[in-house]
Amino acid sequence: MTSTAHAEPSHDAEVTTVLVVPAMHCAGCMGKVERAMAAVPGVSTARVNLTARQVSVAHAPALKLPVLIEALAATGFASQPLSDDIAQPTSAVKPLLAPLAVAGFAAMNVMLLSVSVWSGAAGPTRIVFHWLSALIAVPAIAYAGRVFFTSAWAALKHARTNMDVPISIGVLLATGLSLYETVTLGAETYFDGTLMLLLFLLSGRALDASMRDRARAGVDALLRQAATGATIVGKDGAIQWLAARELVPGMVMRVAAGERLAADGDIIVGASRFDRSLLTGESAAIPAQTGDHVLAGTLNLAASVDVKVAAAGADTSLAEIARLMADAGQHRSAYVRIADRASRLYAPVVHTLAALSFAGWMLTGAGLHQSLVIAIAVLIITCPCALGLAVPVAQVVACGALMRMGVMVKDGSALERMAAVTRIVIDKTGTLTVGRPLPDPAVLDALPADAASVALALASHSRHPLSRALVEALAARGVLAASLTDVSEEAGEGVRATWNGVRIALRRPENASGMACVLDIAGRPTWLIPFADRLRPDAADALSRLEAMRAEASILSGDNEAAVAEAVRATGLSAIAAATPASKQSVIAALQAQGHKVMMAGDGLNDGPALAAADASIAPGTASDVGRQAADFVFLGASLLALPRALAMARATRRVVRQNFVLAIGYNLLAVPLAISGHVTPLIAAAAMSLSSLVVIGNSLRLALPMRAMAPGGGQ
Amino acid sequence: MSSVAILIPIALLMGLAGLGAFFWALKRGQFDDLDGAANRILIDDDMDERP
Repeated sequence: MTSTAHAEPSHDAEVTTVLVVPAMHCAGCMGKVERAMAAVPGVSTARVNLTARQVSVAHAPALKLPVLIEALAATGFASQPLSDDIAQPTSAVKPLLAPLAVAGFAAMNVMLLSVSVWSGAAGPTRIVFHWLSALIAVPAIAYAGRVFFTSAWAALKHARTNMDVPISIGVLLATGLSLYETVTLGAETYFDGTLMLLLFLLSGRALDASMRDRARAGVDALLRQAATGATIVGKDGAIQWLAARELVPGMVMRVAAGERLAADGDIIVGASRFDRSLLTGESAAIPAQTGDHVLAGTLNLAASVDVKVAAAGADTSLAEIARLMADAGQHRSAYVRIADRASRLYAPVVHTLAALSFAGWMLTGAGLHQSLVIAIAVLIITCPCALGLAVPVAQVVACGALMRMGVMVKDGSALERMAAVTRIVIDKTGTLTVGRPLPDPAVLDALPADAASVALALASHSRHPLSRALVEALAARGVLAASLTDVSEEAGEGVRATWNGVRIALRRPENASGMACVLDIAGRPTWLIPFADRLRPDAADALSRLEAMRAEASILSGDNEAAVAEAVRATGLSAIAAATPASKQSVIAALQAQGHKVMMAGDGLNDGPALAAADASIAPGTASDVGRQAADFVFLGASLLALPRALAMARATRRVVRQNFVLAIGYNLLAVPLAISGHVTPLIAAAAMSLSSLVVIGNSLRLALPMRAMAPGGGQ
Repeated sequence: MSSVAILIPIALLMGLAGLGAFFWALKRGQFDDLDGAANRILIDDDMDERP
């Protein structure tokens, strides 16, 4: 479908362009994008991939890229070409689907043949059935087992061992023995058990991989946050658009209102206000004028300015944060997952047992063949079938349960790391608080109905953050806007208008501490409406639950002392204010050095390095792309209760995983003596294997019961 | 016995056909965009024909 490499004549060969359209999220968007693309002359087909947020367009070579981007922009979708330097996210599940299907097909058919052998088929029937089984099983095992063989071989080459080593040895020996039995017309083969083992293990792998895939939607969000280019004004007045990587210090960028800066620089002409929330977490716009330094990634809110580039590309503060994050993420990848830790203990024990039983039976004079059969039976019965399911099934069930509570989990190892957390660090702006100024509800309650409708009407004429917050709050109260005439907005001052012949204004207060606006209706007393960034709903409840789980929390904010002190009064937590991205990271490192496992909760770009450095991290859905990208967990909705929920669920998952290990190993303790004493038949092996897997799956499903995870102090 | 000799090849062939169909679908990219496939059913193809 997407291959255009056919040997077609070059004059009518079509080219395929892939555009990234981040804003697509539903069927309506898909339809709009596909129709918009198909309507462009020269386009033959357009197909959206919603999972990857991309549209691939097949079109005539004469049709140029800007035309396509323009057509999409006309329907309201921003897009950019898929750049070559951003690697495509590779799916982890896809390579497992084919082996899973083969193992499933082979296991079912071989089991069908085995059942008739177990129920007494003898003579030529048994021989034919064994041969049929071998014909199906040997290629299937070779194909479906490759996943484990390659991984085991890679580990062995480096003189290490992992879970795949005992699996591979068990599978290969069992297949070899069964093949030998088939050729020598023996009584018992283990093809069915071996295939079932592969099927169960591959299911576990696929579940684990699907969890990782689901999380890997936004690639390289950080680089997309920076403006991808800027309009450059030459010395002779020539205007030219340059990509971000072509910018050089000394150039002059013209940044229109609503544009993001592509590079750090100093303003040389004009004055405006800049939204730095992406960089520092502050939601209040910062005024800047000629001579002031402005940073890449900030948004120009008010007026067009000329900026002389001081640093570009890899030298910008945005790129610095990206570098800090990349460094911080490395220690986390050194984390060894529970399953791998278990296998380090497991593999030597199992292989010693098999070798001992072989030696033991040889000593009693049982003969080479019988001793070998028994040793292999030990390996098959101890093959970590339930063990391979113990971790992924529990984690997938927990992720599903968390998702229903509005918490997204990036991968299974995040749950394991979260379970160990003993210390919590919370960013203030946007994480502990809602992250934007809200009008004082008490004042709004006291406002007369007509004054409220005038305020709503005035505020709706302004794009100022305070006005927008006021509109939202009043509209939520069901206030309807009054009709105004002669509306005029003066930047930085307020909105003026006439209402029923009365002059009215929503303006900046003359003298007020903190954020506020004044509603002025001629002939009436003025109303002062104070604004403040408020704590998230349930913040107190959430913090007390965390305390009950013996995880101490504290605030770590990039905001100023006064603003942080207010949050400290409201929550009773200890706090560190005015922290830079690098110092946030070092606070985390200091806590880790004290032996704590740290959870970081943050949203801003400035939290990125700390989120990446912490043992586990969580970000609200309203966070910057960088925050969401760096965090292991992302919670939707406003409630801070997501933090205790995620922690409780992670601990409950750890408990269930441990139970699963006990169950899986307990089954081995029962079955191994049978195997060593030579009493295991293929029927017993198959039954024991599926029974133990079912028990483990059933135990994991308990995590879906909502009450368990949320029980007070859940998962001590 | 003779019925088994017919039934087993039939069963195997049918299973193989299913497996083949799955591989064909995998190769054709049917599993590339599961979210999109779920949403695609909601797109109105006949939008222009409505009164």
